[in-house]
Amino acid sequence: MALLDVKNLGISFGGLRAVNAFDISIEKEELYGLIGPNGAGKTTVFNLLTGVYKPDSGKVLLDGQDITGKKTIDISKAGIARTFQNIRLFKKLSVLDNVKAGLHNRHPYSTLEGILRLPGYRRAEREMDEKAMDLLKVFDLENYAHVDAANLPYGQQRRLEIARALATEPKLLLLDEPAAGMNPNETGELMDMIRFVREEFHMTILLIEHDMKLVSGICERLTVLNFGETLSQGRTPDVLNDPQVITAYLGE
Amino acid sequence: MQKTMKNKISTMNKNTRKNLITYAIVIAAFAVMQTLISTGSVSSLLEGLMVPICIYVILAVSLNLVVGILGELSLGHAGFMCVGAFASAFFSKCMRDVITVDIVRFLLALLIGIAAAAVFGILIGIPVLRLKGDYLAIVTLAFGEIIKNLVNVLYIGKDANGFHFSTKDVMALDMEPDGTVIVNGPQGITGTPKDATFLIGFILILITLFIVLNLINSRDGRAIMSIRDNRIAAESIGINVTKYKLMAFTVSAALAGAAGVLYAHNLSTLTANTNNFGYNQSIMILVFVVLGGIGNIRGSIIAAVILTLLPELLRGLSDYRMLIYAIVLIVMMLFNWAPRAIEWREKYLRFGRKKKEAVQ
Repeated sequence: MALLDVKNLGISFGGLRAVNAFDISIEKEELYGLIGPNGAGKTTVFNLLTGVYKPDSGKVLLDGQDITGKKTIDISKAGIARTFQNIRLFKKLSVLDNVKAGLHNRHPYSTLEGILRLPGYRRAEREMDEKAMDLLKVFDLENYAHVDAANLPYGQQRRLEIARALATEPKLLLLDEPAAGMNPNETGELMDMIRFVREEFHMTILLIEHDMKLVSGICERLTVLNFGETLSQGRTPDVLNDPQVITAYLGE
Repeated sequence: MQKTMKNKISTMNKNTRKNLITYAIVIAAFAVMQTLISTGSVSSLLEGLMVPICIYVILAVSLNLVVGILGELSLGHAGFMCVGAFASAFFSKCMRDVITVDIVRFLLALLIGIAAAAVFGILIGIPVLRLKGDYLAIVTLAFGEIIKNLVNVLYIGKDANGFHFSTKDVMALDMEPDGTVIVNGPQGITGTPKDATFLIGFILILITLFIVLNLINSRDGRAIMSIRDNRIAAESIGINVTKYKLMAFTVSAALAGAAGVLYAHNLSTLTANTNNFGYNQSIMILVFVVLGGIGNIRGSIIAAVILTLLPELLRGLSDYRMLIYAIVLIVMMLFNWAPRAIEWREKYLRFGRKKKEAVQ
């Protein structure tokens, strides 16, 4: 069975059908791309999957569990984590604390334990520190652990956002334009990193991207959106050679 | 010996070290003042200011939890102080003859004041925290005024038949001749036992600091600050935004209630007027927080102490008093916020902290 199974998902804003009859099925440990022109509804799909918007039609199954219309925090607990097109870090928190915030629901202790510094607090905080440092090492950020997130260079901020998302121990990772604003070198490194995350964490990844080099380089399957409708869907080479996709998005 | 101590401190978490310095400053300040008072080298005017200073420090630290840590502007802090003050004064006056041990009665009054303010914190917080920014500020401002005005029309008396309530006047209480008026509308509560002392105020400051600093440096504090920095991202990693906003707001209200208890038990007559529980007071507390540095707990303490002392110490200058006060406000603001001043401070007054690590 597919890890993510979406059937007939749709939402309207006023009279505008932003996403219509959206179907997608992603297998475990698959790298899946969602592409399309600006305003096609790609980020809206992410917002529907993560509970930012409630769909007016359709069904979302994650690992067999129905998460349609649930709240964002419940969807996070169910196992979907995401990054954002415009980076959303906790700017005044340290890099380490950003990742530890991601571990929030994985190492709980009560408020009282926290204020009175009881053993539960010390144990959980130590575990969180270790796990967070391990994650930072994976993303080459361990030397920045105590720097405020706002002071990180752009590329590292993108990496930190992925580290924070992985800290929630998701089943599915959604990346919204991870290569935006990166030069070809950085994009190359990012591709290696995404592959590495998939291998290392056995992660299933759905990503939105405009950089065709990245999309054709790492995505196994693609869905193309245009004006909220699914234009084409299938294996990456087939989709990229689809004449409809070439006309609507890629250009001759 | 000294070296191992030094090593131990340097390996300590940066925040822990900062917090220990804050505690040390407070304890040292208390020790100095206490010594001066006991040797009689302090004027009675200054001595009388000690409890108010403790009250303002607690108010500033607790408001900083909402303004600096949660990142929401609340202008109703004096309202929570008012709730704590009246709830506890009511209790103390009723129990004056029942519980004769001062400290026991005061501790119970303290708990009641804190609980009452916390309940109001939750009640106000649930609807209000759906608002943001300016709207939140306006609604909390209104709340503070409503509380103050409600207390002013409240009459409560007690006689053999029990309690009598009215919102009209004393006659409407319709009591037996032996009844006593406890809350007398605009005249407030008279005859509250004067249980608050500098020592109690100091202990309450330490408890406030302990709660606020430990909360900030825990999982909950991280959640609260992540909501401040980016609510959408906080939700996306599974942080319950409503719960943590309400937690910060309620803890802050409860601590303001504690300050109110201290206030009520430092005066023999407690009334609610514009100067003590009105918006002037709320703005004053906000001034402490802003000038001390938003999110900077130690700064709040220092600002509260200086700005409470200043108007009194300058009393001799009569007409120039408020002028100098205003200039001090402006200088403090520049010192804390102007980029040049920050640069200068980093260079010359490093207060033992390392230069910000440059990242490139």
